[in-house]
Amino acid sequence: MVVGFLILIACQLMGEIIVFSLDIPVPGAVVGMVLLLIGLMVRGEVERGLRTSAEGLLSILPLMLVPAGVGLMVHFQLIAAEWVAILVALVLSTFVTLLLVTLLLKWMNARKVKDDASEEMG
Amino acid sequence: MDLWMHFQTSPLVWIIVTILAFMFASWVNKLAGRTPMLHPVVVGLLLIIGVLKLTDTSYDTYKEGAQFISFLLGPAVVALAVPLYDNLARVRAMLIPLLVACIAGALVAALTAIAVGIWLDLSMQTLLSLAPKSVTTPIAIGIADKIGGYPSLTAGLVLITGALGCLMSPYVCKLLRVNDPAVRGFSLGVAAHAMGTAYAFEYGAIAGAFGGLAMGMTGTFTAFMLPPLISLLGLG
Repeated sequence: MVVGFLILIACQLMGEIIVFSLDIPVPGAVVGMVLLLIGLMVRGEVERGLRTSAEGLLSILPLMLVPAGVGLMVHFQLIAAEWVAILVALVLSTFVTLLLVTLLLKWMNARKVKDDASEEMG
Repeated sequence: MDLWMHFQTSPLVWIIVTILAFMFASWVNKLAGRTPMLHPVVVGLLLIIGVLKLTDTSYDTYKEGAQFISFLLGPAVVALAVPLYDNLARVRAMLIPLLVACIAGALVAALTAIAVGIWLDLSMQTLLSLAPKSVTTPIAIGIADKIGGYPSLTAGLVLITGALGCLMSPYVCKLLRVNDPAVRGFSLGVAAHAMGTAYAFEYGAIAGAFGGLAMGMTGTFTAFMLPPLISLLGLG
């Protein structure tokens, strides 16, 4: 458990170092995720301690998002003035994005299944 | 009230308030049949804003304590590598479709938000805070800062987007007759970042893993794509 947490924050630190040295606009944690994934692929298994820590943290992921959202209170005046436009933009954009991504994946998956099937036939 | 004066600035108090508000919001959400209309993150943050207003506490004071909770977001993002590794075979088999869907989704998410914002005459700073709204909070804050939006407004808009995505996803999947947990998880991750991912875990570990993958890919791609896109459009 302790070792698992250490692995996670060590990967994040390595990610932060890479991001800082190369001056790329991505958070260190995302690079850390890629590093850990590469590490797991090389080792070929997930240690139990790491799995316990990872799954424990992921189960409380929504809680970690709360504090940043409280920052909305600083912008009440702006939101009061523009909330209709903001809401319309968020609703339309989120709906179109969901629709497009789901449709693209459905379409490409269906085509792939068909290709695989015709390969087997041939 | 000396006691309160002393503890108002204590990190402990605000960590406890945050956890209690979230637990209460989760309980309410469970009672309401887990509807994303009352998403625990949104209900929780509204409760906390209420407490801060009532106790006349500033956001900066709150943040001093709550940052210890936000801090865990970093290791949690790294931890997404574990469910991702578990489902590596499926990811490999679908790699090209996933890349295409992620790039198209990230572009459309940003462009439609900007287009509707311009159409409805949003002020420039709000527009720039709105553009990275489909990206996970830590990345979105970084992008907003870079392109000239308000990072703290972006953080809130990101969460509202997340709740909207969780709300719409079941209807979109029904409309398009999609049952594949990988597709459900991935589209939630592209459109609704970490909140979509957390919601996708309710469809199982596969959906959660694809949500996490989509969130990472969309966030990374948007971080590189949005700043040049904004200057290309002549905004900011």
